[in-house]
Amino acid sequence: MIVELGHYALALALALSLVQAVMPAWAARSGDAALREVAVPAALGTFACLLFSFCALAYAHVASDFSVQNVVENSHTAKPLIYKISGVWGNHEGSMLLWVLILALFGAWVAGAKTSVPPVLRTNTLMVQASITFVFVLFIITTSNPFSRVAPAPLEGNDLNPLLQDLGLAIHPPLLYLGYVGFSITFAFAVAALIEGRLDAVWARAVRPWTLIAWSFLTLGIAMGSYWAYYELGWGGWWFWDPVENASLMPWIAGTALLHSTVVMEKRDALKVWTVLLAILTFSLSLLGTFIVRSGLLTSVHSFATDPSRGVFILAILALFIGGSLSLFAWRAPMLRQGGLFAPISREGALVMNNLFLVAACATVFVGTLYPLLLEMLTGDKISVGPPFFNWTFIPLALPLLFIVPFGQALAWKRGDATAAAQRLLAAFAGALVVGLAAAAYAWGGPVMAPIGLGVGAYLIIGSVLEIWARARGYGQSRTRDLGTTWRRAIGLPRSAWGTALAHAGVGVAVLGIAAQAWSTEGLGTIRPGGQVAAGPYIAVLDRVGPKKGENFEETAAFLTLRNRAGDVIGTVETGKRFYPSRRMTVTEAGLKTVGVSQIYASLGEVMPDGAIGLRLYHKPLVLLIWIGALIMAAGGGLSLTDRRMRVGAPVKARAKLPPAAVPAE
Amino acid sequence: MTRLPHPARTRAEGPGPHAPSTTAAATRRLRRGVVLALVLALAPAPVFAVQPDEVLKDPAMETRARQISEGLRCLVCQNQSIDDSDAPLAKDLRVLVRERLKEGDSNTQVVDYVVARYGEFVLLRPTFGWHTLLLWLSPLLAVSLGAFGIWRLSRRKPPKAERLSEAEAAEVEALLKRR
Repeated sequence: MIVELGHYALALALALSLVQAVMPAWAARSGDAALREVAVPAALGTFACLLFSFCALAYAHVASDFSVQNVVENSHTAKPLIYKISGVWGNHEGSMLLWVLILALFGAWVAGAKTSVPPVLRTNTLMVQASITFVFVLFIITTSNPFSRVAPAPLEGNDLNPLLQDLGLAIHPPLLYLGYVGFSITFAFAVAALIEGRLDAVWARAVRPWTLIAWSFLTLGIAMGSYWAYYELGWGGWWFWDPVENASLMPWIAGTALLHSTVVMEKRDALKVWTVLLAILTFSLSLLGTFIVRSGLLTSVHSFATDPSRGVFILAILALFIGGSLSLFAWRAPMLRQGGLFAPISREGALVMNNLFLVAACATVFVGTLYPLLLEMLTGDKISVGPPFFNWTFIPLALPLLFIVPFGQALAWKRGDATAAAQRLLAAFAGALVVGLAAAAYAWGGPVMAPIGLGVGAYLIIGSVLEIWARARGYGQSRTRDLGTTWRRAIGLPRSAWGTALAHAGVGVAVLGIAAQAWSTEGLGTIRPGGQVAAGPYIAVLDRVGPKKGENFEETAAFLTLRNRAGDVIGTVETGKRFYPSRRMTVTEAGLKTVGVSQIYASLGEVMPDGAIGLRLYHKPLVLLIWIGALIMAAGGGLSLTDRRMRVGAPVKARAKLPPAAVPAE
Repeated sequence: MTRLPHPARTRAEGPGPHAPSTTAAATRRLRRGVVLALVLALAPAPVFAVQPDEVLKDPAMETRARQISEGLRCLVCQNQSIDDSDAPLAKDLRVLVRERLKEGDSNTQVVDYVVARYGEFVLLRPTFGWHTLLLWLSPLLAVSLGAFGIWRLSRRKPPKAERLSEAEAAEVEALLKRR
């Protein structure tokens, strides 16, 4: 019964989103303000319906209702509860339902938020948002219905892919979707502005918090996914330049560019048309990502649940929204009033450079991801574009970008002074040089890029500190030498200033971690109990190999003692092979030992009948900094959101009742 | 999107997790049985990518072998280098690379040898040529296109201040007088 209600709620959401998409347009023609306001309750209603629908599916999974096809294919009675819940979105149908749920969540959020967004802009935004919701709910109902029944119902389900039975699945997709789909709001704002033909600082101010929310979640989602792949796949890589990873990276890069261009638009009334285009492109890349993953168009290590008919449907959605919005842009953009200008050496000039390099990097990832496909279609040549290509092209674009970060922050708006900015950053340059040289001296003869990377990371972190320091000290007349005053001023700085500095420092921290991976070392061996494998400064001694029992798997685990070169015990670590009888799959469980922010990574290989095991041991120096950096970036985004100017506001509790007499004369 | 490791990376594949929902249940059960039998028959023992017995005695040569392997694609896998893959073909290629190195081949000679046998598809870093010109030049093109756009933008004259219409001027006048 609950499943049927969930199914019904899904259909109701389809109808409500249609109402939300159509009514405001009708209202605009008839000039009926009350009809226009229907968008708000419709948005809340769509969200409520989809939430109920999602909960109904979750209920079916938790209760192991094997009369539902989706549950049969992805669940098992012996599966732990947490994976029964996360299994809801661990498959195509469920994850699409989560996708639209988040889409509706953002719609409802905009509808309910107490903001100064002009009513026409808001309803137009809700209208665009609803049209996306409508099409995707239609997609779910027609091609990927999670509520299909199966009769007769089997006694047991097929269980979830063991690789997905991990906390990573519980956290990663929801975060990623909040980011991905969050950009639908900026897209809707952009299209709404084009429809209305109005584009000003008010628009930029309205869009900024949404961009920040989506960007922060996407940052967390990508970082979480990266960490998950790192420990789950079993050989310690943190980024594979895989098409599916690129699919999430592209909207992130474009979103980062958008985040910065809206600042220019808000402060200087420049880059307006460009910002709208970026907002459209960012969500278009999210849609493209959905298409890449859902259609199985590109071979990926992550591909699952692919079906050509679904691919064609999503391709049609893609054509509709990307083609439609870009056509609208081409038609309306020339009519928009061009904004202010900027000098090349200024804060806005630096932000333009930021956009230049970010968009170029995004274009490179885009071309690299899709080029093999196009080439094969056009000429029949089969080529591969793998990590070496991306490393060769991406890093040269990233380096100038990273150089600009603190430099741009040191420049003033309108007209900056490059020499003064460089002087202000003297400490950062010096710090970078010291760190880089020290690293080069310490690891002489090693990889060249690692010390350079560490230097860049240090430059970014020190640069962020200097930014806060300089602002707290003050400029010109109000400049102070008193530490107490500096401290009070630092506290009093806008939260967005702190957020910016934090996010930029986070980039630096991540760069440190990435650069240090060039020094990771690996040891490999076939050993018996008592034997050892060494990697970098550590040695792993095999104590014993033994069985372990889990709720729905059997594990053969290797228990290791870790020692440093001096022979002192650092700790123990275990790695195993888990066998899931329901799917007859074996999965490697990597063993991780964290020392500071570095990790020792053990991965079990073949277990021979005579008791010998294959063991691979990695030493990954500073590896945790990669994800800590991402966390700091997202925290910076969150901190900025608490800024007074940025608050989206809590949903309105009770709408003020207007006297009915107030009917505006046309 | 959801980062879902492909089952190929886990050495053994379970029955297809997403059988089309239209298939009758009976057929599905039958097929599941067949798939299960196949999987049991074909499932390779869990192994590593590079195995200890493959490693060359000369560490310098082994490092070279690893470097070459990282740039060669495992042809039967989804998107992995032969250095990362557990597939038997990847192992054959790794052994081949090491044999060529022992024969005294240079790195380029080894790569050329593999490309001659398996085609350019095996290279994770595509060669620079007419067919990949656009690919390799894409970063440069993107930057120059953007730089050109910015240059155009920076040359634009500031918009001339619009003159007020008479009605607007009168309104301003009235507002100023009211103070």
